[in-house]
Amino acid sequence: MSLRSPLGKVRGLGSAKEGVVHWWAQRMTAVALIPLVIWFVASIAAMAGADYGTFRNWIATPMVSILLVLLTIATFHHAQLGLQVVLEDYVHTEWLKIACIGLVKFAAIGLAVATIFSIVRIALG
Amino acid sequence: MASQNRPLSPHLQVYKPQLTSVMSIMHRATGIALAVGTLLLMCWLIAAATGERAFNDVQAFNASWIGRLLLLGWSYALFYHLCNGIRHLFWDAGKGFELDAAYRNGWLVVAASVVLTAAAWIWGYASIGAF
Repeated sequence: MSLRSPLGKVRGLGSAKEGVVHWWAQRMTAVALIPLVIWFVASIAAMAGADYGTFRNWIATPMVSILLVLLTIATFHHAQLGLQVVLEDYVHTEWLKIACIGLVKFAAIGLAVATIFSIVRIALG
Repeated sequence: MASQNRPLSPHLQVYKPQLTSVMSIMHRATGIALAVGTLLLMCWLIAAATGERAFNDVQAFNASWIGRLLLLGWSYALFYHLCNGIRHLFWDAGKGFELDAAYRNGWLVVAASVVLTAAAWIWGYASIGAF
C-alpha cells in the first residue's frame, strides 16, 4: 500500500515536497566537480613553482577563467550542502544548529564571491 | 515501550571497524577537511589578484615544509573524496551494493586515491624540474 497521493507520485515528490532538492543538488555538483577537479589538480601541478606573471597569465586565459569560476561555484555549493548535513547530524541544539548552518551558507556565498571577483579582476586586469 | 525495540546505529566504541565503515567516516572527514583546505587555495587566488608581494608570500608558504604537508593532505583528501564520491554515485544508481562488491570497489578507491596523489606530486615535482 502506498501512502503517496497520485499527484505526489506524478511529481516524484514525497511528503517533504522539496526534500529531494538538497540531495539532487549534492549529486549534480558532484558530477560537475569530477572533470573540473581533475583539470584543476593537473593544472596546478603543472603550475607548481610558477612566478607571479606566469600564474596570472594562466588565470587570464579565457577558458581557464571560465573553468575556474565554474569550479568555484560548484565547489562552494557542494561544500555548503555537505557541511549542512554534517551539522544537522551532530548539532542537536536547535538554535545553534540553525546558527551554524546559516554561518556556513553566508560564508560559502561570501567566499565564492571573493574568489570569483579575484578571477575576474585578473582576467580583465 | 515500543521505542526501545527500534534499531540502533552501531555504537562506535564497541563496534569492530570494517573497511566499509571506516571508508564512510573517511568520506565525511575528507569532505570537512576539503572545505577548510579550499580556504587556503582561495588565498592563493586572492593573493594573485592582490599583487606580486602577496602572491610571493603565499608561494613561499606553499613551498615550506608545513605548506607542502598541508598540500599533501589536501591532495590526498581530494582524491579520496573524488574516488569515493564516484563510488557513492554508483551506489546511488543501485550498483555495487553487494557485500563483496562493496569491499572490492572500496579497495579500488583506496588504491586509486594513493596512485592519483602520487601521480599529481610526481607531475608537480617534474614541472619544477626536480628530476
